[in-house]
Amino acid sequence: WVGRGGGAGGGNDIQWCFSQVKGAVDDDVAEADIISTVEFNHSGELLATGDKGGRVVIFQQEQENKIQSHSRGEYNVYSTFQSHEPEFDYLKSLEIEEKINKIRWLPQKNAAQFLLSTNDKTIKLWKISERDKRPEGYNLKEEDGRYRDPTTVTTLRVPVFRPMDLMVEASPRRIFANAHTYHINSISINSDYETYLSADDLRINLWHLEITDRSFNIVDIKPANMEELTEVITAAEFHPNSCNTFVYSSSKGTIRLCDMRASALCDRHSKLFEEPEDPSNRSFFSEIISSISDVKFSHSGRYMMTRDYLSVKIWDLNMENRPVETYQVHEYLRSKLCSLYENDCIFDKFECCWNGSDSVVMTGSYNNFFRMFDRNTKRDITLEASRENNKPRTVLKPRKVCASGKRKKDEISVDSLDFNKKILHTAWHPKENIIAVATTNNLYIFQDKVN
Amino acid sequence: MAGASELGTGPGAAGGDGDDSLYPIAVLIDELRNEDVQLRLNSIKKLSTIALALGVERTRSELLPFLTDTIYDEDEVLLALAEQLGNFTGLVGGPDFAHCLLPPLENLATVEETVVRDKAVESLRQISQEHTPVALEAYFVPLVKRLASGDWFTSRTSACGLFSVCYPRASNAVKAEIRQQFRSLCSDDTPMVRRAAASKLGEFAKVLELDSVKSGIVPLFTSLASDEQDSVRLLAVEACVSIAQLLSQDDLETLVMPTLRQAAEDKSWRVRYMVADRFSELQKAMGPKITLNDLIPAFQNLLKDCEAEVRAAAAHEVKELGENLPIEDRETIIMNQILPYIKELVSDTNQHVKSALASVIMGLSTILGKENTIEHLLPLFLAQLKDECPEVRLNIISNLDCVNEVIGIRQLSQSLLPAIVELAEDAKWRVRLAIIEYMPLLAGQLGVEFFDEKLNSLCMAWLVDHVYAIREAATNNLMKLVQKFGTEWAQNTIVPKVLVMANDPNYLHRMTTLFCINALSEACGQEITTKQMLPIVLKMAGDQVANVRFNVAKSLQKIGPILDTNALQGEVKPVLQKLGQDEDMDVKYFAQEAISVVAQRLRKLDFPVKDSGEPSVPRADKNHFPRPTVPGEDMGKGPVYQLRGDTRDTLAQLEIAELVHFSQSTD
Repeated sequence: WVGRGGGAGGGNDIQWCFSQVKGAVDDDVAEADIISTVEFNHSGELLATGDKGGRVVIFQQEQENKIQSHSRGEYNVYSTFQSHEPEFDYLKSLEIEEKINKIRWLPQKNAAQFLLSTNDKTIKLWKISERDKRPEGYNLKEEDGRYRDPTTVTTLRVPVFRPMDLMVEASPRRIFANAHTYHINSISINSDYETYLSADDLRINLWHLEITDRSFNIVDIKPANMEELTEVITAAEFHPNSCNTFVYSSSKGTIRLCDMRASALCDRHSKLFEEPEDPSNRSFFSEIISSISDVKFSHSGRYMMTRDYLSVKIWDLNMENRPVETYQVHEYLRSKLCSLYENDCIFDKFECCWNGSDSVVMTGSYNNFFRMFDRNTKRDITLEASRENNKPRTVLKPRKVCASGKRKKDEISVDSLDFNKKILHTAWHPKENIIAVATTNNLYIFQDKVN
Repeated sequence: MAGASELGTGPGAAGGDGDDSLYPIAVLIDELRNEDVQLRLNSIKKLSTIALALGVERTRSELLPFLTDTIYDEDEVLLALAEQLGNFTGLVGGPDFAHCLLPPLENLATVEETVVRDKAVESLRQISQEHTPVALEAYFVPLVKRLASGDWFTSRTSACGLFSVCYPRASNAVKAEIRQQFRSLCSDDTPMVRRAAASKLGEFAKVLELDSVKSGIVPLFTSLASDEQDSVRLLAVEACVSIAQLLSQDDLETLVMPTLRQAAEDKSWRVRYMVADRFSELQKAMGPKITLNDLIPAFQNLLKDCEAEVRAAAAHEVKELGENLPIEDRETIIMNQILPYIKELVSDTNQHVKSALASVIMGLSTILGKENTIEHLLPLFLAQLKDECPEVRLNIISNLDCVNEVIGIRQLSQSLLPAIVELAEDAKWRVRLAIIEYMPLLAGQLGVEFFDEKLNSLCMAWLVDHVYAIREAATNNLMKLVQKFGTEWAQNTIVPKVLVMANDPNYLHRMTTLFCINALSEACGQEITTKQMLPIVLKMAGDQVANVRFNVAKSLQKIGPILDTNALQGEVKPVLQKLGQDEDMDVKYFAQEAISVVAQRLRKLDFPVKDSGEPSVPRADKNHFPRPTVPGEDMGKGPVYQLRGDTRDTLAQLEIAELVHFSQSTD
């Protein structure tokens, strides 16, 4: 099925086709509808999104359609539920937003599916299960609730389960609250299947999935005097198969790898990944743009990828002094940093993701553009999520931004980029070439062209 | 609830042509699917009643299929169901039909909630005993195999707990299969299953033939102990204890020791922690020879481990390790091989380590005897008594009794006193509270003279502490001291000081006088109470603060039983009556309450003959009403009434169940 042959891109490039778009069509964007996270489950059959309104929407891939064998199953809404509600912290006079910061799926343990969702303060474990039978038959009343005359009850009836229309239920199973003073930016499930971590600006806590009233603090970078604060934790993740290893990234552009075997508190890291700064590029904005907005281990566990404002870097876990690969996402913005600082865009937190075989990485940009970098061919591509070419199986045209000088045909000038249209969240199906890309309030699904 | 009450008011439930005895059962069955989880739970807990009414055949053909599908319910309902089914064999027709219970339990053994799964496994284990050997192989073993090869790891984890119950009764061919299945679960892809297998390894080993233990279990143990997941390796340490009990010394040396040695030096502190935590169990299981050669050196390493959690766990084991050593050489072993490490721990950088050590170190004195204690341990005790961390000091003080038996507490008194004084004045009120609790013990060990000289003033100072919990503890402390030192001592040293506080400008201190009187009056007896305390209490009835006045009423009620008739009639009653007219509502309330108690006491004293026959007096009490009867013919609606009662019962049970559930899940 892997449609890699030929095409306009040439070589082994995948040709990406539009598949679906979810969400409202009108330009009037309701704040609550803004997508804040996107995540495939481990099989790729389910795709979850969270939004600023505290809702989680789960899409399920339809079984493969045999007649139209050239298109894989579409994703349709499977379950929608309100995960978090706005709250108010009366002790600190703080409003707690309902916005879903992260969703993480648990490895499947039985017929039901489980996921963790978190807002700034509270993590919840949700169970999503199907029900296709319901009991029927009462002794003392009819199915519609009317009471029978008890004098007519002469024999006992045991209810019987009968088939019914499939019903998908989402029920909260555990609530992990009151452990974070600052805003939670990451959650990550350990490969031991029984613990997970949650990170806020200054601390990382370790939880047991079945215990809600206790968590262990494993990293605390809060200085005794808050005026000495120089960096914050921006993201954290467990290694995919080494249960004692996790990393966290900082606003200073460094990544620390910690070994939980060494000690109960991981304040001292075992590895520090940091690239020496290029003095020629030094500017007022250097520190801001070097802040890491996302860190992701490769599926193999050998590499990790970090995203800072202008680039994506791939690090080999065995080499701390520099990344093995660096990809420029939108280098043309370097000259625009001043205005990006003024409109706060410079603080946007772009995420990044790996494809199933760790050979391609993807991340978002502005103007509803998103970028892919092939690690083997070193080829990169810019694509656009737009409603204009949303006929199914239309091949996406590569986009080009012209940095300066003469603009060629089909090129877009930097000055005409729309900075309000940004793609922060993307996800790649764990096994297939299917990607989910979140624009402000729409979710686009693209897949490779299958001949 | 809704269901039950509607039914109660519904058309005449009793009488008519319907079968009366069916009605309550019909209600129970209907409530198996009520919307209210409490009612469902109630019905599930009455499942045996339902089954009895249905008879064995319908239970098998209708009730069990229904229950098999009831897996969508709340955890507490599923938990109750899993438990009920374990005792259901009689209700489905006896051992011949025990296998009918397997399908619902099989479903329950795959749910995600650990407590429910564990309960289902427990019930399955129970039922397995009721299977005949033939039925076991025909129904139970296939079930175990299905679970063991299930798609989801929940079912495979449940299977791990079932092998040991079917193995002893299975035929040789099946036994081989069971061993094979267990082996494959030990190398399952998911750590959950490997953990479950590791935790059942010891139990399974116990039912195996010795040969199979050596050839089968030991390799599994070795591989689990070197699993890539820390959480699996640490469970292998636990299994080590049970496996070690099955093997001879020589086998232990060659088969188990290499793995244990490796665990004690594991890269992960959690595994080393486990070794430290289970050390005395391991020591017992491995026997004295291996202990001396291998375990003591390992223990020394754990005592100086780089992770504080490990050192603390090891420090905790010091005393038990000493006690378990062979009597003839334990003194030398501890003196030469353990004590040097303990000395280091006394000045550890981590306070948890120091306080773990402080909680057991005193216990070594009985093992080492008087001379060694004075020469070697005493300096350590004294150092810990001066430790900067209050918890360390407290732990030493709370274990003084062990030392007292060996060398007498006087040896310590020079350092003890400053330590106590410092704790007594600690800025944290919880620390102050903790030291107060040890005062009676210390008083008993130090004797009245020493106490009067050094500690009495502390005890009095706590009475005016600014934290209520301390003042309250201080009053209780006085009572215990009086019980120890006697009334004469109380009269001379405590009572005057307490009574002086009645004139204190701070009303909280004046109230403390009352609280002390409440606590002390009984221990001090009638004479002191009447002559010294009562006048003060009565005087305080005129206090300007209402809180003091109503506490006077409460105190009078409290000390009433100790006073004689004259005092009650002549002094207490008039004052209470006056307080009963107080302008403050609360004062009035407590005064009236006290009056009725005092009046009752007076009536009793008026009929001294009947004093022993207490029930006859209250009959005259105007407060005693006959029990109200419920109007209507409720008695006729037996079942509904019964249900309501039961629901309350269920709620109570549920609360207990939840507590159990909670404590299990936090383990």
